[in-house]
Amino acid sequence: MARTNLISEVERRRRRKYMISAAFRYTLLTVVALVMIYPIIWLVGATFKTNNEIFTSINFIPSKIDFTPYVNGWKTRTKFTFTTFFINTFSFVIPKILFCLISSTLVAYGFARFNFPFKKICFSILMATMFLPSVVTRIPLYILWKNLGLLNTYVPLIAPTVFANEPFFVFMLIQFMRSIPTYLDEAATIDGCNSFGILTMFLLPALKPALISCTIFQFVWSFNDFLGPLIYVTSLAKYPVSLALKMSIDQSSGIVEWNQILAMSFLALLPALILFFCCQKYFVEGVTSSGVKG
Amino acid sequence: MKNSKIGLLYILPWIIGMVFLTLYPFINALFISFTDYNLVREPNFIGFANYAKLFKDKDFLGTLRQTLKYTVITVPLQLAFALFIAFILNFKLKAINFYRTAYYVPSLLGGNVAVAVLWRFLFQQDGFINHFLGIFGVSPVKWLSSASGAMAVIVLLKVWQFGSAMLIFLAALKDVPQDLYEAASVDGATKSYSFFKITIPLITPTIFFNLVMQLVNAFQEFNGPYLITKKGPLNSTYLTSMFIYDNAFQLFNMGYASAASWILFLIIVSVTVVLFATQDRWVFYSDKGE
Repeated sequence: MARTNLISEVERRRRRKYMISAAFRYTLLTVVALVMIYPIIWLVGATFKTNNEIFTSINFIPSKIDFTPYVNGWKTRTKFTFTTFFINTFSFVIPKILFCLISSTLVAYGFARFNFPFKKICFSILMATMFLPSVVTRIPLYILWKNLGLLNTYVPLIAPTVFANEPFFVFMLIQFMRSIPTYLDEAATIDGCNSFGILTMFLLPALKPALISCTIFQFVWSFNDFLGPLIYVTSLAKYPVSLALKMSIDQSSGIVEWNQILAMSFLALLPALILFFCCQKYFVEGVTSSGVKG
Repeated sequence: MKNSKIGLLYILPWIIGMVFLTLYPFINALFISFTDYNLVREPNFIGFANYAKLFKDKDFLGTLRQTLKYTVITVPLQLAFALFIAFILNFKLKAINFYRTAYYVPSLLGGNVAVAVLWRFLFQQDGFINHFLGIFGVSPVKWLSSASGAMAVIVLLKVWQFGSAMLIFLAALKDVPQDLYEAASVDGATKSYSFFKITIPLITPTIFFNLVMQLVNAFQEFNGPYLITKKGPLNSTYLTSMFIYDNAFQLFNMGYASAASWILFLIIVSVTVVLFATQDRWVFYSDKGE
């Protein structure tokens, strides 16, 4: 009897200690998480507020729901609306995704499944370009596109994806392909299937999760891209959302309608947010597979 | 693995792109840096004149100092934060998905101009942050109108985006064998002892990877300062990438800007090379000697 009491006393203490440390962990994580996402939550609330209320209240709940900031923000002060800016954004984001998927898959297939002369050197160069600071190639690239007469088009933004020149995606697909067993390829080769047939019939279905990861990362990064359009896109009619937003905060004449700007900012964040909540799993896999693992 | 030249055919798009969109511009940048090219007249070869001028240019030297300062503050803070949160998340917690999401969302959105707009707004003199601090009796901080405040704003923006580094750490922590911790705790090791003596050494390859990646990125930071603080009071947030942008795409001094970009490139490369050289001393690859 006394013995069981003793055990349960020890057990109880151990449990209490565990509970305290768990409670501490959850509290810490929750507080940090709230601090992290409060700016975004506050942004959502602010988009419904009047310009005056934004500056006076730190509460994220607006006093009344009012869509005027959205309506007026969408119209902008220029002759274009955000409809144009969103269409512009998608008209280079979608080609970028398609080209990136096709070219990166082909190149990754070459690296993952074949031995060829200079393969080691090529692979080292591929890895090196992953770390190459883009700042050093920016100016000559600009001159190149200028000489080709392609400034103020989306070609300079899309071209790197046509040539699989975003090594992150190639690397991710190579890693993924290496994890797919080769016996199916071999059997298919004996049956007389050519290498392209093997890629399309056997590998593509297995690659689906990796291709989804590529799609969403390419989408988010292209959609967010600011420096690219800033350098290459000069006419307002071709502005993507990122440049349109930048323009709106630069307008110094008159009162800055912060509620409208914030409303449009939220709309600019929305596509990435929706995509993230739909395919969270693929984001996590994509980020971690690019890491040291494998 | 097939031994076939057809592999070359598959990687052909990459070879073409690598030559024309990476290698050629890379070498061309060096060439341009020795000229006075300004997009209008034919380039003249002027030797090291651009470099000599840069080393006397107070603006440029200032941007190097600020970039270094920005990198040295941002990268360790971001990595320490990412590792700390990943370490806590690695305990068997309920709702781990919720936390992982909350911590990753800023990294996901961070590159968007909208976030920069939001930050510029939040950190205004009469903005949200100062209102919030006011609740605790803190007098308004001059975020955007003081040199150290402006630097703090762009540093905070970057540290806030520790999510992807955290996910990479989390994946590495999951690979640390649990029985090591159990063995250590049987031997009476405290949590912090096992953290520093077991966890850290085993994930040094991941720390190394994150460190190199974040350093390369931080040295080239552009969006944050360009959109939020501009050059900042007393050029406190005028970073080298902005100097290069201004000279190349505002003033069209292509030669001068290329020289600046090559100096920045050499700095990044030497830091990376030094890191790789010290790798043997502190990075432990578990499959070594196999």
